[in-house]
Amino acid sequence: MGDMALAWRQYRLERRMFWRNPTAAFFSFVLPLIFLVLFGALLSGDRENLEIIVPGIAGLSVMATTFNALASQMTFLRDQGVLKRMRGTPLPANAYLAGIIGNAATNAFVQIIIVVLAGRLAFDLGWPKDWLVLVVFTLLGVACFASIGVAFSHVIPNFEASAAYTNIVFLPLIFISGVFYDVNDVPAFLHDIANALPLVHVIDGLSAALVTGADFGDLASDLGALAVWTAAGIFFAVRGFSWSGSREE
Amino acid sequence: MSDGAPAILVRDLRKSYDGHEAVRGLDFEVAHGEVFGLLGPNGAGKTTTVEILEGFRERTSGIVSVLGFDPGERPRELRERIGIVLQSCGIYRHIRVAEAVRHFAGLYPAPRDPDEVIAIVGLDAKRDALARTLSGGQLRRLDLALALVGDPELVFLDEPTTGFDPAARRSAWETIRRLQELGKTVLLTTHYLDEAQALCDRVAIVKDGRILAEGPPAELGSTAARYRVTWSDEHGEPQSREVDDPTALLHQLTSAALARGKPLSDLSVTRPTLEDVYLDLTAQAGDAAEQGENAAEQAEEVR
Ligand SMILES: Nc1ncnc2c1ncn2[C@@H]1O[C@H](COP(=O)(O)OP(=O)(O)OP(=O)(O)O)[C@@H](O)[C@H]1O
Ligand SMILES: [Mg+2]
Repeated sequence: MGDMALAWRQYRLERRMFWRNPTAAFFSFVLPLIFLVLFGALLSGDRENLEIIVPGIAGLSVMATTFNALASQMTFLRDQGVLKRMRGTPLPANAYLAGIIGNAATNAFVQIIIVVLAGRLAFDLGWPKDWLVLVVFTLLGVACFASIGVAFSHVIPNFEASAAYTNIVFLPLIFISGVFYDVNDVPAFLHDIANALPLVHVIDGLSAALVTGADFGDLASDLGALAVWTAAGIFFAVRGFSWSGSREE
Repeated sequence: MSDGAPAILVRDLRKSYDGHEAVRGLDFEVAHGEVFGLLGPNGAGKTTTVEILEGFRERTSGIVSVLGFDPGERPRELRERIGIVLQSCGIYRHIRVAEAVRHFAGLYPAPRDPDEVIAIVGLDAKRDALARTLSGGQLRRLDLALALVGDPELVFLDEPTTGFDPAARRSAWETIRRLQELGKTVLLTTHYLDEAQALCDRVAIVKDGRILAEGPPAELGSTAARYRVTWSDEHGEPQSREVDDPTALLHQLTSAALARGKPLSDLSVTRPTLEDVYLDLTAQAGDAAEQGENAAEQAEEVR
């Protein structure tokens, strides 16, 4: 069987495993919904702020379903010895990773659809201004945060520590990246830090797609920043990939 | 097989973990179609050795060849031709038995029929059970099924029957014997002497990263090892002596008894069993270096 077919097979298995644990699946979709409901209640009718919050939550969802989910899933599979078992089979590492990342990407797209529907139906923001920009930035966000998530899992010593490790990255990042307010309102030094990191650029693109209608020309620097982070993420994800738990070599 | 090269070749294999040398110069070969056992106490270096051959761990030095490949380079063709039961390793918690076996079958170029493999390991009744609901022994059988479903020509089994009930152990033995009948090569590790005796064409007894003795289990137990002669002396004290050839000693004892005009009581002449050899070689106290010397001598004797 070709590598593509093997990756597809692995993807289908990952989807089945995801749904076979329904409570986990449920909660992974609940986080953005809770934020949407909370802010929808808080800001009902405050169009200006909703136009910031909704793309922000879309960006947060992309990160949570890829970076957070993969960092902890890879750590779990490694601790359990599943990665080691897979490594002993002819399945190539890239086909395996493609299946696992494809699963996370599917969740990211499902959440984007939820956010778009909520924006249209609950918050009266209308349909996205530019579907192509939406798809491109969701894809880039997925590629970027998925690869960084896999790379980050190499740093996490064990599964018990994975929630602490991911949150120490995730929580500060969503606060400085303008998920909940306009990035331009934060102090300059935080703004600079946020700009050096990827989440702001995903949110810029999603905001263009959902609210402002800015085109790819206006988003060139965001595309560039995400390309650089994705390349770095892939490099470290592949380089540090060890398959095994910390005790084995 | 065709070219006469062994299925597994190991020369002066060494492995250190931050300064601690777990494997200290192993040499052995496993022929095609042979069932070879590594026997030794906890921490002897069995898993380390097997996992180097499987491509999971890097060796510190030495030469290893598995089906003509260097496992350190992890060639895909090698992974297609071997099956692995690790000493401990996990599986997706929510996967069903039949689903797992089918999924793994799909990873190999010419797999066996998944249903047949499930039947062989005796998991028919559990084919729709989730992995997380299986008992320890049932999970171990699933490990065996996943190792066999690719129809490998060489199978690594690291303590394959640990946690099995006696009936399951017997049926696992049957499975391994059937592999041998099919001409497959098997490298297994075990703590069970009866298992080594029942399954292995040859065994190597390993301790502290060295081979203490090697050979067919029957020979290790009898012909290769010494005779133990025990008797009671004229004061009724039990005596025991180990000799390579008991003829002279027996002559001495019997003539002394005849001269005394008393019977020679409690006389026995035994050859050590595999278990005696194993316990003798592995349970010796004293420092490792000295044991290493003994080991070298003993190994010489065996050959
Ligand atoms: N990853 C590791 N890091 C450090 N030391 C290790 C590592 N793996 C094994 N060791 C050490 O190497 C020695 C040999 O271990 P190994 O697992 O090969 O033994 P074994 O013969 O398989 O034992 P058992 O019968 O208990 O499975 C032990 O002293 C062990 O503590
Ligand atoms: Mg072991």
